[in-house]
Amino acid sequence: MANETLKAGFDAYMAKADAASAKFPERAHLEPNRLYTPLDIEGFDYEKDLGFPGEYPFTRGVQPTMYRGKFWTMRMYAGFSTAEESNKRYRYLLANGGSGLSCAFDLPTQIGYDSTDPMAEGEVGKVGVAIDSLADMEILFDQIALDKVSTSMTINAPASVLLCMYIAVAKKQGVPSDALRGTIQNDILKEYAARGTYIFPPKPSMRLITNIFEYCAKYVPKWNTISISGYHIREAGSTASQEIAFTIADGIAYVEAAIKAGMDVDAFAGRLSFFWNAHNNVLEEVAKFRASRRVWAKVMKERFGAKKAKSMMLRVHTQTAGSMLTAQQPNNNIVRVALQTAAAVMGGTQSLHTNSKDEALALPTTESVTIALRTQQIVAYESGLADTIDPLGGSYYVEALTNKIEKEAWDYIEKIDELGGAPEAIAKGYIQKEIQDSAYKWQMDIEAGRRIIVGVNKFTQEEEPPKNLLRVDGSVGKLQADKIAKVKAKRDNAAVAAKLAALKAACADEHVNLVPLILEAVEAYATEGEICGVMREVFGEYKAHTAL
Amino acid sequence: MANIKVLVAKPGLDGHDRGAKVVARALRDAGFEVIYTGIRLTPEQIAEAALQDDVNVVALSLLSGAHNTLFPKVVELLKEKGMTDVLVIGGGVIPDADIPGLKAAGIAEVFTPGTPTSKVVDFINANVK
Amino acid sequence: MDIVEEILKQNRLALSKGITAVENEYDNAVDIMTKIYTHTGHAYVIGITGPPGAGKSTLTDKIAKEFRKRGKTVGIVAIDPTSPYSGGAILGDRIRMMDLMMDSGIFIRSMATRGSLGGLSQKAGDAVKLMDAFGMDIILVETVGVGQSEVDIVKTADTTMVVVIPGMGDDIQAIKAGILEIGDLLTINKADREGADKLNIEMEMMLELNNEKNAGWRPPINRTIASKDQGTEAVVDSILAHRDFLMKTGKLDDIRKARIKSEVTDMVNVRVNRYIDKNVVRTAEFDETIEKLQRRETEPYSVVDNIVSKVLK
Repeated sequence: MANETLKAGFDAYMAKADAASAKFPERAHLEPNRLYTPLDIEGFDYEKDLGFPGEYPFTRGVQPTMYRGKFWTMRMYAGFSTAEESNKRYRYLLANGGSGLSCAFDLPTQIGYDSTDPMAEGEVGKVGVAIDSLADMEILFDQIALDKVSTSMTINAPASVLLCMYIAVAKKQGVPSDALRGTIQNDILKEYAARGTYIFPPKPSMRLITNIFEYCAKYVPKWNTISISGYHIREAGSTASQEIAFTIADGIAYVEAAIKAGMDVDAFAGRLSFFWNAHNNVLEEVAKFRASRRVWAKVMKERFGAKKAKSMMLRVHTQTAGSMLTAQQPNNNIVRVALQTAAAVMGGTQSLHTNSKDEALALPTTESVTIALRTQQIVAYESGLADTIDPLGGSYYVEALTNKIEKEAWDYIEKIDELGGAPEAIAKGYIQKEIQDSAYKWQMDIEAGRRIIVGVNKFTQEEEPPKNLLRVDGSVGKLQADKIAKVKAKRDNAAVAAKLAALKAACADEHVNLVPLILEAVEAYATEGEICGVMREVFGEYKAHTAL
Repeated sequence: MANIKVLVAKPGLDGHDRGAKVVARALRDAGFEVIYTGIRLTPEQIAEAALQDDVNVVALSLLSGAHNTLFPKVVELLKEKGMTDVLVIGGGVIPDADIPGLKAAGIAEVFTPGTPTSKVVDFINANVK
Repeated sequence: MDIVEEILKQNRLALSKGITAVENEYDNAVDIMTKIYTHTGHAYVIGITGPPGAGKSTLTDKIAKEFRKRGKTVGIVAIDPTSPYSGGAILGDRIRMMDLMMDSGIFIRSMATRGSLGGLSQKAGDAVKLMDAFGMDIILVETVGVGQSEVDIVKTADTTMVVVIPGMGDDIQAIKAGILEIGDLLTINKADREGADKLNIEMEMMLELNNEKNAGWRPPINRTIASKDQGTEAVVDSILAHRDFLMKTGKLDDIRKARIKSEVTDMVNVRVNRYIDKNVVRTAEFDETIEKLQRRETEPYSVVDNIVSKVLK
């Protein structure tokens, strides 16, 4: 009855607004409705759809206290050049209120090549720090107490190797592995679909991932064994719904693989974490975070029969959208990042990296990284956005949008199930194609002026080329080559050969957990390229077949 | 009937192919014949592919910062193979300060983030040999 | 550079430029093909076709590698459709063959169909001849088996292989009706997918309806998983078995004779079509005639008689 009155009132309003818009043309191309009312969330059931923070389905957040307890972890992604340079940057960030570390590795490290490999030419130390052996890792974490800090490592195909290096460094510091806190990205499926730093084919890659789940459940119990990442899917051009749908589909595949390997779902699911992008459209992003928690909770409870609440919680790290930074008028990026930060915080993220204004041009300078970190601190301490939990809960628009994104995500997950799951959907090129289509549409919308990017296709101005960009010169390759030579001269080469031979033999037997063997090779100072090299020999290499 | 053939390639280890793929599609929609060769290629592979398809344009994309090493190497190898009439262009996260050096090395134009694809199309039409 | 002379000296740039000349119908194309013709006829030509998504280029990549292992040089002509909207094309086969790029015993050329007044099969045929004269032992011609002109191209190969995959549903009906019957070899790719057995049985049943070209030859059905390089050796064995069969029975000569006949016929057709296009279709008189036809002031039969008698005089 109440709704009928409301419907009548709404219709009258729309007629009036339509008439007014004849005089003042609205931006009619926009996707959201002009106005949202209770009519848009008919059947809304607070307890079923939202619940309380820390309770199923976790729409409002995964912890009961959220930021009233403590703020999200302010985790700045950093790393460039040598371990020495990056160590300096890490210590600077920690001294300035950063609350966790996040390591960026260079591409040769991410793809399992030593800095001296011909494939590494020109790439050493460029997009992150170059790590060739345990010797580099010791320098990277010099004077950083690994029992105090939590460290996230953006490493996927060779995640096991870098994790073992971290464990080995901790051991040298006297920190046992069960005290270590942090995350490895370890999400190979999105590498095939969107990011490109794969090494091995899917089957051995999935084996490595489940080996890590198993190993960490026993020896590194506080470690997040995977960060199932939508970030890069979004960066590759997907929509918000696609970001969470494809990522949760990947998550389903990992859970299935671990269960198939004989693990109990509640033994590992609590250590799964996610990684979202904080994009430009603030309210859409908030809705995305909320919808993603609801979808994952239902997946874990209903599909996998998880019993522990922890297994159903989608805990998420967030990074502001790198692809939304503009090379034009780079100072505008500070504002974009601030809004994206607001979205991530109102969305209830557990940790956050904020991009620096100059990242469409180069790696960030210390000054611009500081602004990015300060942006988080301003949002945390000054904006009031973190003062109450899920502040947008109950907004007609945000609830309607949360429902819409959830529905779109379920539709995709269903479609991917039909195709045989995420690995099959990727093998068939389905996910890549969907992402590419969205990316192309985005670009064409900009070029046609249907989408405005300030400073790029509107409000443009002549400007001087920016100064003071961070440069990584070509000498890093040489420095790393010298370090590798020194390591190889100092280590017991017979022992290294023996460890590598043992690893190689184990690779051929799929029942063996490879992590302990990798750890032994790492501790003998085998290089990352040598370790990945023997795995390449047995596993082969993945080749992308993406058509356009 | 001489259609313009463009090889779109990503040298080095960088996997960010959003831009390369968007450009490849835009070039196709502008009537070019586009050979997209994917990620993680050596300059040698790119130059040989350019030769075999006798392309008019080689469009390189790189976001990892290795452009100063890899772009000129592609140009050099093309010359070695006698592909002297190819227009080589580049795009990606490339600081302004690097552009003069790249141009001196034979990269005809460098397109930085935010460039509309129509500008790439126009440049190719105006400069293809 | 004397393109023909350089091709015969195995200059890769010359081969590439030669193919461009025929592809773009440059002035020197006829000259090149005239001079090259007597140097051709050594290569064994294999057509590979099948519906989109069948994994043809991945399979072609693997077959090329297998022939290389057996000491043969390989040329590949990979044909992709031109977009009817923009006239552009994405030539997507090479991405699956980038491993082959550093092998001097291999040469891959991507071609777009480009459409218009035919000529595609002639151009592809010329590219094959240039690779043949260059000294390639084996030439693989890969096309999507959808359009008639693409099918025509592979039909002229010495051995034609049709690639299908399980799970295409009703599409199999179309294939049954169309391209399957041109296959000397049938390959079920992605054979680890559900439905491979069923597809195999269906295809066996269809083979009961034998075709004439293959009297005495029952097309073998191979199963492959090209992405994992499984089954490639058997496919190459089957190709060679078919070649042996054709040679023993003298059918290879028949096929090649038929191919030459169809090539010459095509060349004549193309030439005649172009002549008509230029001298008849693109004239003001023709436009007027069309107008008259539309107003029903005349009828098409006498119009055609009139044109033909003028053209053939």
